[in-house]
Amino acid sequence: MTEPLLRLSGLTKAYPGVVANKDVSFDIGRGEVHALLGENGAGKSTLVKTIYGLVKPDSGTMLLEGQSFQPPEPRAARAAGVAMVFQHFSLFDAMNVAENIALGMENPPPQAEIAAQVRAVSDQYGLPLDPTRIVGELSAGERQRVEIIRCLLQDPKLLIMDEPTSVLTPQEVAILFETLRKLSAEGTAILYISHKLEEIRALCDNATVLRLGQVVGTCDPRATSAREMAELMVGTVLHVPEKAARPMGDVILSLKGLSAKAPHRFGTALRDINLEVRKGEVLGIGGVAGNGQDELVAALSGEMKTASAMVTFKGQPIGHLSPNPRRKLGLLAAPEERMGHAAAPDMSLTENAILTAMTRQKLTSRGFLHWAQARRFAEGVIKTFDVRTPGPQNAARSLSGGNLQKFVIGREIMQDPEVLIVNQPTWGVDASAAAAIRQALLDLAAKGTAVIVISQDLDELMEISDRFAALNEGRLSAPRPAAGLTVDEIGLMLGGAHDMEVAHVDA
Amino acid sequence: MLMLEKRPQPSRAWTYATPVLAVVLTMLCGGLLFAALGQDPFETIRTIFLDPLFSEFAWFYRPQLLIKGAPLVLIAIGLSFGFRAGIWNIGAEGQYIVGAICGAAVGLAFFPLESFIIFPLMVLAGAVGGLLWAMIPGFLRVRFGTNEILVSLMLVYVAEQLLASMALGTLRNPDGMGFPGSRNLAQYPSATSWINQSAGMHWGVVTGFIAVIFAYIALSRHIFGFNVRLSGQSPRAAKFAGVNPGKLVLICMGISGALAGLAGLFEVSGPAGQVSIDFGAGYGFTAIIVAFLGRLHPVGILLAGGLMALTYIGGEIAQSNLGLPVAAIQLLQGMLLFFLLAVDVLTNYRVNWGRQPA
Repeated sequence: MTEPLLRLSGLTKAYPGVVANKDVSFDIGRGEVHALLGENGAGKSTLVKTIYGLVKPDSGTMLLEGQSFQPPEPRAARAAGVAMVFQHFSLFDAMNVAENIALGMENPPPQAEIAAQVRAVSDQYGLPLDPTRIVGELSAGERQRVEIIRCLLQDPKLLIMDEPTSVLTPQEVAILFETLRKLSAEGTAILYISHKLEEIRALCDNATVLRLGQVVGTCDPRATSAREMAELMVGTVLHVPEKAARPMGDVILSLKGLSAKAPHRFGTALRDINLEVRKGEVLGIGGVAGNGQDELVAALSGEMKTASAMVTFKGQPIGHLSPNPRRKLGLLAAPEERMGHAAAPDMSLTENAILTAMTRQKLTSRGFLHWAQARRFAEGVIKTFDVRTPGPQNAARSLSGGNLQKFVIGREIMQDPEVLIVNQPTWGVDASAAAAIRQALLDLAAKGTAVIVISQDLDELMEISDRFAALNEGRLSAPRPAAGLTVDEIGLMLGGAHDMEVAHVDA
Repeated sequence: MLMLEKRPQPSRAWTYATPVLAVVLTMLCGGLLFAALGQDPFETIRTIFLDPLFSEFAWFYRPQLLIKGAPLVLIAIGLSFGFRAGIWNIGAEGQYIVGAICGAAVGLAFFPLESFIIFPLMVLAGAVGGLLWAMIPGFLRVRFGTNEILVSLMLVYVAEQLLASMALGTLRNPDGMGFPGSRNLAQYPSATSWINQSAGMHWGVVTGFIAVIFAYIALSRHIFGFNVRLSGQSPRAAKFAGVNPGKLVLICMGISGALAGLAGLFEVSGPAGQVSIDFGAGYGFTAIIVAFLGRLHPVGILLAGGLMALTYIGGEIAQSNLGLPVAAIQLLQGMLLFFLLAVDVLTNYRVNWGRQPA
């Protein structure tokens, strides 16, 4: 083989108390699509941040096209031809696409020129995007395109993508993959980070697996099964959630013509949602982010009140009730955003346990808090859900995303809900923890709880749901039995008609 | 290069160390300021911070500490609830004035009747007056989304005009030979807040201590304090936890207004004695510094109130003995708040001198 584009040798980076990368070495060839696999905390982020110049390694070297490559900051990495699309977009909602792109440039040319460049690149790579649209009105997939085009305008040699498909519909994923394949055919190398093993098998030429900061294996993803790769990542045999056959109970929660105005400028209105949820079933609700998920959760949890008859619980209208009376009845929810919504970052885990559990766990009497009881409850959640933290006195923000998610979901499950609504239960959670969360949700359903899982991860929804419905622009499709649904059918239900155009191969 | 790194958890040690550090920095820079004014910096600092407690006239100054500290602590305790919840009542001075006017009006209405019921009625009127004055910005924020900082601040100037009008008109002492100002409530036994004037004890001091205890219990043991803290840190999480944000705004504004009104009533019926044009002495604004200097913690506020009272009294001594301008003392108090906010960053951030951020 000829000289690789990027050669990493012996990269080591230690933080106080933890070695994030230990002697990591691998090569990425020109035009290669290279997968980087690993659980949360395996050191993937530190590694790509090193390549992108955000982190300085303690030891080890990088060679880019045979030259020593030590970017002191991202600007230098970009100048050398390394571009990165982050998992979280850094875009301003109130500005249009071209303005957002200009903001990331050193010496931005006039708007019209940028708009022309954006059009040219988006045509060339089959990423339809109108440079004059306001970012706040774009879907997540379109926002990602803004980020990708921003990178492509720099004409990179290496494009790093961190979990790019977590927010996309199957159709958008197909468009993205066409684009990436085209880039790779033109000689751009891609370093692709994902949890979704099937995608990696479909897209990547090579895979490097990290565990606890070390390279534990490399494989050809096309010749390795997803299960084998997962086990390589986790280091143990993976436990797949079991869905026990169980009888459906009575209708416990029903929505009748649930409509609500968008709560803020970039929110989504809910439009005439009708739904019946039965005891013991898992109802999966799919859809691309920003189609009303947050609003639906708010309407169910009580953060957003509606006409009382729009939401009924065991036949009792509850649309007018606030969160705590609903919790008292047995309707619990876990919102998507962990920091600042499901949990208060600066408060301890004990205090965060009080946040939602005070009513059902009777953590107060006459308004006075029972700290000892609250701490015991928090300790119980930490123990049962394997939350890795020194103890309940630690602030929520000191936990990793996955651990906090385990705590947030566990906090609701441990309260024996009759209906549980979870939004993105495993987003950003590593494979084994995700499996544990899904199993816990299934166990809960087996005990007779109605579980509503809202997620953008269709594999997850197919794995655990009994019925599936899709949310699109605030409308909910009629639920269908999940067994036997094909990807195409799901795609149509999602109505994911966000520019279902595939790359022009001739451009 | 100097870098700030966010700590995973707020540092407990710095939480307690920053107020002390701020006081030390204030003394240092204050010393430089006084040196620039041609004074001996050490003597000036000693005069302001130590003489009120330890000089040969300390027997005279110590009761003054209670008198100056009580309204500061009482108002700051009220403000601390709102400040923790992200509700910025800057107009405590106005609520203090209106509380004083209402309370004094009730007392004056009974003059010269003597009855044990008069003072409790005045207390009630003072609290309600302050509360209602604070409800104006509270209600406007909840109903129309106005900024309570601006509205509450502007209402201070309205209250000052009201005070002038009362002192010159409605509440003017009919036997005062035309001089502005009301009858002296401190000399009206049924209406005075004095318990022991020579010891500096009045009902405001007692109420201040009670407020500290209640605030401590509410913030650390009660769901109300929990909701207040939660709303300030994560408004969305608070809503998820079932807190009604509008109600919380009204309650917090109500508490701070009522306590400021009480402070005004105790002041007007004791140390000040009468409703006069210059009754508003800026306690309502200084209490903001006290609240932050005390880390919005009841015990901290008690200590900070004492410290601020010290600079008031020490400042007066420095004015009369050393001829310092009054602005220099106000500058010193402003410096204290400035340094406190500046060093506060150390609680949540670690300073990284020149190394690459980890």
